[in-house]
Amino acid sequence: MSFPKMSEALLSCSGLSVRFGGLVALDALDLEVRSGAIVGLIGPNGSGKTTLFNVITGVYRAAGGRAQFSGQDLTGMTPQRIYAAGVTRTFQRSRLALPLSVFDNVMIGNHRLLNHGLWFNLFRRSGLRREFERNLAKAHALVATFSAPLAERMFDAAGAFSMIDRRRIEICRALVSEPRLLLLDEPSAGMTHEETRELMDDLLAVRSRLPGLSIVIIEHEMNVIERVCERCAVLNYGRKIAEGSYAQVAADRQVQIAYLGTE
Amino acid sequence: MSVLPGIASIAAMALYAAFFLHAESQAQVLGLLALAVVGVPVLARAGWVARTATSLEAHPLAARSASVAALAAIIALFHDQHFVMLMLASVLLYSVACLGLTVQFGYAGVVNFAGAAFLGVGGYTAAVLGPHVPHALVLLIGGLLAALVGSILILPILRTRGHYAALITVAFGILFRTFVEVNDALGGPQGLQVKGMNLFGWELNSPLKDLSFYANYVFVGLALAAAAFVLVRRLERSWVGLNLDAVRLDETAAAVFGIDVARWKILAFTFGNFFAGIAGAAYAMMTGFIAPNSFTFGDSLILVSIVLLGGLGSAWGVPLAAGIVLIVPEKLQALQEYRFLLYAMLVIAILLVRPQGLIARPARQYFPR
Repeated sequence: MSFPKMSEALLSCSGLSVRFGGLVALDALDLEVRSGAIVGLIGPNGSGKTTLFNVITGVYRAAGGRAQFSGQDLTGMTPQRIYAAGVTRTFQRSRLALPLSVFDNVMIGNHRLLNHGLWFNLFRRSGLRREFERNLAKAHALVATFSAPLAERMFDAAGAFSMIDRRRIEICRALVSEPRLLLLDEPSAGMTHEETRELMDDLLAVRSRLPGLSIVIIEHEMNVIERVCERCAVLNYGRKIAEGSYAQVAADRQVQIAYLGTE
Repeated sequence: MSVLPGIASIAAMALYAAFFLHAESQAQVLGLLALAVVGVPVLARAGWVARTATSLEAHPLAARSASVAALAAIIALFHDQHFVMLMLASVLLYSVACLGLTVQFGYAGVVNFAGAAFLGVGGYTAAVLGPHVPHALVLLIGGLLAALVGSILILPILRTRGHYAALITVAFGILFRTFVEVNDALGGPQGLQVKGMNLFGWELNSPLKDLSFYANYVFVGLALAAAAFVLVRRLERSWVGLNLDAVRLDETAAAVFGIDVARWKILAFTFGNFFAGIAGAAYAMMTGFIAPNSFTFGDSLILVSIVLLGGLGSAWGVPLAAGIVLIVPEKLQALQEYRFLLYAMLVIAILLVRPQGLIARPARQYFPR
């Protein structure tokens, strides 16, 4: 299970641990994500997958270990600085701002690239207008790659859309700032096989335009993992119990025990 | 969307306001109130309220001009009546303060149950500095001092959420009142006289022709309210407004996308208190007198109930709700003693029946055509 180091690791976690009181949610995890790679993260419920995303994005503090992201240590950084470094994510249970429009939600993800000066926003309205028009075109183009009808309703509230459209908006929010690492937390949750397949195709299409974008994807749908990931890691009780190609991992005895139990 | 529904509604409201202000007997007042209580929901059912809102949204200039014209007509009708002019000026100045609260409460989600205390900071600034400093500057300093005093609360508010942050502001409001009550330099419980406003040599307390001198304060109140309205509108229709909404709706999601939650809460809180301070300074100069009893928890509740009644985050809702909350109890003598009961019931009724307020906040249009 060794991989040639063709390119530098973009993300490299070593000995990463998270504890909640006595519970060890993540136990000395090692994980490497190379630039441009798609890595699947699988494991039973409560195995620490989302916890890993939360600690990488600064929502949780690490109790030990490090997460290096292109030379910077993410542990101890605020979520804001981690985002600015180029890490974005989606949430398992959609966390869109439902009363706000599609455009507003996408622009929340575009924070890094907008001018937030109070004077500019209040009194330089023509400058703001140019920035607005530019970003509207950009958001429109991005949303349109996922769904043309959705892109025609940029100023409708996000809460008015179906599950698949909300997931699209969430992925656009995470992609619009052109991150280097995208963390997808169960993009198929609450969707049919067909919808999931469509979403993955769109995502891969966007990725082909963003060379160097790495993706870590948490997924229970094994055919998604098999299709999009060149490599995957399996977590159980906060530990990595296997890593390799999907075929390797699926054949692993420990993985079978974790998923199916022992007799 | 045609401009007509919006203009027609503003005209109808102005006509109603004129009748209401003119009504002398309690029977007339009650009749007009009953008309509104029955008529508005019927019009809302028929889609008129929504049509008015979209029409006004689509034609901001026409909406503003029509509102100013309606106000001018009412001033012309009641120009020599002190009471009506005082009411109008109060509504406008309270609108300034409540537009500030809208930024805090409606946009950033920072609840402020100490609005009266920040009015009070402005009022006491006007009382102390009035005799010594040009009054345009007094208004500005009143706002700045309110923002500064508010900064005491920033740390505890940032470290708490929801009900706890609300409780901190409640405590601060009570603290402020107690402080001015025991402070002899600020007049203690008896309060202080405040000099009438003098703007660049224009003595507001001396009437123009046969106008009530309060009409002068209506003009100043209108200028302040218009400025506050435009600023709040621009704030909402910008990336800053988007950040404030993101912070209110989901702090964690906001932080994950780089939004500095503390920075925007501080900005909203300071911005809002600045408006309240200016309004308080102008109000004190108009009434000529301030005392701790004008800045109780109940007075803060009035401000909150205006914001809730108008609709959280709804800029147009503020002046409308301020008019209802301030004028109705004055006209209904039977209710005067029970006015705080009325405010409390109003808040409960709004939250139950129409949580989005009288004029629901429309979706953000950065640059409406």
